[in-house]
Amino acid sequence: MNTYEDDELSVLIKANASYYEAPQNLRARVHAFLAKTAKAETMHWTKRWLEWQQWAGMGIAFACGVVLSLGVTMFYGEHGQQERIASQVINGHLRSLMVAHLSDVQSSDLRTVKPWFAGKLDYSPPVEDLSTEGYPLIGGRLDYMDERPVAALVYRHQLHAINVFVWPARGRPSRAIRSVTKKGLNAEYWRGDGMQYWAVSDLSASDLKKFAELLRVHKQVQL
Amino acid sequence: MIKQAQQFEKIAPPHLSAAYNLARWLVRDEHIAQDMVQEAYERALKYFSGFQGEDIRPWLLGIVRNTCFTWLQNNRRGNEPLEFDEDRDSAAHEAAWAGTDYNPETMLQAKQEKSQVNLAIASLAPVFREILVLRELEGLSYEEIAAVAGIPAGTVMSRLARARKMMRSALNMPLMKEGNK
Repeated sequence: MNTYEDDELSVLIKANASYYEAPQNLRARVHAFLAKTAKAETMHWTKRWLEWQQWAGMGIAFACGVVLSLGVTMFYGEHGQQERIASQVINGHLRSLMVAHLSDVQSSDLRTVKPWFAGKLDYSPPVEDLSTEGYPLIGGRLDYMDERPVAALVYRHQLHAINVFVWPARGRPSRAIRSVTKKGLNAEYWRGDGMQYWAVSDLSASDLKKFAELLRVHKQVQL
Repeated sequence: MIKQAQQFEKIAPPHLSAAYNLARWLVRDEHIAQDMVQEAYERALKYFSGFQGEDIRPWLLGIVRNTCFTWLQNNRRGNEPLEFDEDRDSAAHEAAWAGTDYNPETMLQAKQEKSQVNLAIASLAPVFREILVLRELEGLSYEEIAAVAGIPAGTVMSRLARARKMMRSALNMPLMKEGNK
């Protein structure tokens, strides 16, 4: 679409007009700037990554802290509750001996003891016959533990009285037997079949533990 | 947005001379032109993420062009009559043609022609000058020039026609019709 004159002019301009090549120092300037920016960009990403890591680290640390404190609270919460109950059952055991009020129903026959609780409790405590193992049943009575009336079953081993407090368990079941010693008395604690068991006696810890094992296993065999 | 500066670093420098030539013709000063190019490249890098075209040259030259026009507006140089510094403006090309022909008469004539053409281009208003430079010196298409200057292609053509007319009158090159008169 160019006219002949246009082409003539074009040739004249191309032949004569100055074309300014980029001077070397401008090339150097631009290259330096671009290299610097490229480097800064890389560093920027590295920095971002590091920052992200820092935040992530903080987040993880925070989460860990929360979990840990929750765990500690739960552990000590449960631990505190067990401590409180342990004191109660041990005091209950001592009280039962002090006033010679070991049992309200005196019988070695679990068919007599077990029905005695009917109507007195909102649950039926398991009563076992461990006489052949050397732990004859003596009787039973009511007590008050963990802010509720509970069944106290009395067994005997040689001359030692064993109080077994039984009431429905709350929370997760833990079949492991745990030991507590307070005021020179031993207490064994376990859970099973929706019940929590506290056996307290002035028996040695190992003897009491043996009894606890027997009671627990016996209960399992019966079922 | 991956390593933009590094990508830009690869594709932008080949157009450095085109950028400088345009800036140099628009602001008419060596040092200011360099600053313009530097500034334009910094801006280009900043907006590089928004660049989606296939050809970076018109886009880059458009930024150079806008940078220069902003400077011209702020410094009111575009409205001033532009004087042509012969020594300065021909110095760049001294080397290019110095060795070709040592006949003093031809040299003088050539030098005069160069000066005249350069002066004629420099005398054009920036809006005409940019189009003439992009068309004749950079060889850009109308569409590319339209993209650089941010105007329709039709405007590019009419401005180019006016620029050529002004050039012809400045260089004493009458059209054939007028010559036949």
